[in-house]
Amino acid sequence: MSPDVVVVGAGIIGAACAEALSAAGLRVTVLERGALASGTTAAGEGNVLVSDKAPGPELDLARASRRRWPRLLAALREELGPRAAETEWDPKGGLVVATTAEAVAPLAEFAAAQRTAGVRADRIDPARARDLEPHLTRQVTAAVHYPEDAQLQPVLAATTLLAAVRARGGEVRAGTTVTGVVRDAGDRVGGVRTDRGSLACGAVVNCCGPWAGSFAAAAGAPVTVLPRRGMILVTAPLPPDTVRRKVYDADYVGAVASGDAELQTSTVVESTRAGTVLIGSSRERVGFDGTVRVEVLRELARKAVALFPVLADVPVMRAYGGFRPYAPDHLPVIGADPRLPGLWHATGHEGAGIGLAAATGRLLADLFTGAAPELDPAPFRPDRPAVMSQAVISPAVISPAVTGPDGETAA
Amino acid sequence: MSRAHRGAEPRDAMSRVVVVGGGPAGMAAARAAAKAGVDVVLIDAGAKLGGQYHRQDSRAGTERFGLPPGVEHLAESVVWALEPVPGGHRVHLRTGPADAPGRTGRSIDTPALVLATGAYDQVLPFPGWELPGVYTAGAAQALAKGQGVRVGERVLLAGTGPFLLPVARSLLAVGAEVAAVLEAGNPARWLARPAGLLAGAGKLGELAGHTAALARHRVPYRTRSAVVAAHGTDRVEAVTTTRLRPDWTEVPGSRRRLDVDAVCIGYGFTPQLELAVAAGCALDGGFVTVDSAQQTSVPGVLAAGELTGIGGAELAAAEGEVAGASAARRLGARPAPPVRALRAVRRGRRFAAALAAAHPVRAGWHGRLREDTLICRCEEVRYGELRDAVREREAYGGRALKLVTRAGLGLCQGRICGRVVAELTGELTGEPGQSAAFARRPIAAPIRLGELAESPSAHREPGAGPPRVAE
Repeated sequence: MSPDVVVVGAGIIGAACAEALSAAGLRVTVLERGALASGTTAAGEGNVLVSDKAPGPELDLARASRRRWPRLLAALREELGPRAAETEWDPKGGLVVATTAEAVAPLAEFAAAQRTAGVRADRIDPARARDLEPHLTRQVTAAVHYPEDAQLQPVLAATTLLAAVRARGGEVRAGTTVTGVVRDAGDRVGGVRTDRGSLACGAVVNCCGPWAGSFAAAAGAPVTVLPRRGMILVTAPLPPDTVRRKVYDADYVGAVASGDAELQTSTVVESTRAGTVLIGSSRERVGFDGTVRVEVLRELARKAVALFPVLADVPVMRAYGGFRPYAPDHLPVIGADPRLPGLWHATGHEGAGIGLAAATGRLLADLFTGAAPELDPAPFRPDRPAVMSQAVISPAVISPAVTGPDGETAA
Repeated sequence: MSRAHRGAEPRDAMSRVVVVGGGPAGMAAARAAAKAGVDVVLIDAGAKLGGQYHRQDSRAGTERFGLPPGVEHLAESVVWALEPVPGGHRVHLRTGPADAPGRTGRSIDTPALVLATGAYDQVLPFPGWELPGVYTAGAAQALAKGQGVRVGERVLLAGTGPFLLPVARSLLAVGAEVAAVLEAGNPARWLARPAGLLAGAGKLGELAGHTAALARHRVPYRTRSAVVAAHGTDRVEAVTTTRLRPDWTEVPGSRRRLDVDAVCIGYGFTPQLELAVAAGCALDGGFVTVDSAQQTSVPGVLAAGELTGIGGAELAAAEGEVAGASAARRLGARPAPPVRALRAVRRGRRFAAALAAAHPVRAGWHGRLREDTLICRCEEVRYGELRDAVREREAYGGRALKLVTRAGLGLCQGRICGRVVAELTGELTGEPGQSAAFARRPIAAPIRLGELAESPSAHREPGAGPPRVAE
């Protein structure tokens, strides 16, 4: 029996959409060309943040997602059992610190605007910040505590969501590349073509992340979604409580909102359950070029040591990179494609996909089933001009997906 | 000169061949390039030249190997990153004892990079292999030859391949009793490959010497045998051995207990691929692909020695000589074709193929893994957890697998367990395992965050050498 919906891509967004669609009673098949959750999802830190977003549609989506994640995870624990639903969820909170006199006012302003939008953003003095994070630099000039920021382990989260899809009778197939969409007599989606044959279905959801532009083009309905490269450093395991929360330099906010091609780094330092400390994150617009630039790693290291001087003597064990999917207006793309009935998109979450996944899946499922969505879907419409009218796709995107996670050449 | 080179020492800017690795392949490459008249930098992690094969006693005041003028030898130096620059590669290194503060940093640009990073021992896990007293064969040999230290009073060697023999001999030389050498394969298979046998005639003489030494010391050499468990509380006190069938499953009723205080394991070698992978070199069967001039798929990057296939020191040296000549050519030198070395490479590769065919690792060992057998020692991942992650989460790809199981994420970064995890995952999923994924490491060797944070200008100023950077 053919599925109602084929979700293309088994990253966190595909997994969340498939979970929400299957929860709504639809028969779902997830197709993934590589291994499950092995692309952008495996390269993420697992951020579930409200602290880094200015008031607007993305913050609304982030707040809805932050509310939904713990409820969803609790329900999945119930459904699948604690082991299969383990995701290392940790509502540890975030701390944004300014280290210069000039950054004090903008940080205060940003936090004030967030408070009016309903975010908990507590201004604290530098001494209090050092109580929360004893190893923090003495250069702190201002700090804001965001108790709602949380973290989970993104691969565990995605595989948990996919396990729920399977438990409800859905199917998850890795190692299957979708090469195009089959149109039925009414010029609607009638199925997908894959490297392992065709599969009939009623609808297709494009959850291909940074490769969403190339899939949309193959489906005959191009959208502009571009890759933006990021690198993360990982240290050797440290004693517990060396870094307790997610700690950002206040310049983080500026970099996320920017579209500049050149390198941007903004410091995010946090520990994981395994004791390692993750240091992010850089943003480079270099297409799918996976080449490592030492200058990028150096910049990350420099800023992390500035925030936590104690880290200077800690060995970095590894670095890894990935590609974030972004739309030119830096908003996610969620909804139906009016040019091809039956084609849906859920992509473009840039570096926030893990956090935004829970609400994205729900929104997509609500739109799909005609239920009243919790959020206004209009800002995320795939047919907004930034995404569709100038669907100019860079050659790196349109060429067959030549690179996979880590910039490795696809086999 | 590009902007990025401003401030570099002139000699560090595209003017020299850079060789990474000071074993037989690296030394031969450096010599060949120098002989062709170009300047060379040889970077090696050891305090002295020779690598694993010619391990020197680090306590002695002597240096067994000489390098010609024109070769700058950077000892105790590790390359932690490699990046492409116009016309070649930039090699980032740190010099100084790995655990001590005060390592100096430097980066060198080169149009001709020779990778001769060698290989490390492959270990197959078994219950108890995490106990103190269990060593890799290579580590035991390094301790014996490099520091005159014996890993135990009564030692068992187990694994497959001819390398077990020189290790046994090194142990005897430092006064250890070798309880037995257990070879899991059946070297009688050599006889089935006359072409490889002839190609390795010199090698066979060497092996005969080792065998004779073992016989003199009455060391039992048992084929189709393996260690299946190590026992002890604080360290190894005994092992259980068994006889194997050709597929490496156990012969029932053949278990024996043997009292030993150390075990050395070596199931062949895994090439040290980090830098080759970082450079983007094409691989085939887990080894770097090279042409007859030892050029990899990446222009300006050559490879020699065990990186290209496990074949021993003689082949490595021949490949190194060819690679060194090719590298010199990239700097404009016109050396005569290294005809003898090229012939030695062809012969050596036949021997290597015979060697690989004679000492395959058979999957029968999987059956001896227990639920609680450690697979990744750094992160304490047990077989049951790995199996459950693969089955229940369907996680098997690259970093996704590592993140779900944590296997390969610890201090050794999968050097010890990577190939094993890939092999076991492959069996569980029916998909080929991705062992090269464990070599995909932009930071190829650990580096302190403070060292990484240093401004490049701190060690790129012109002068007589890299300034020491305060910790």
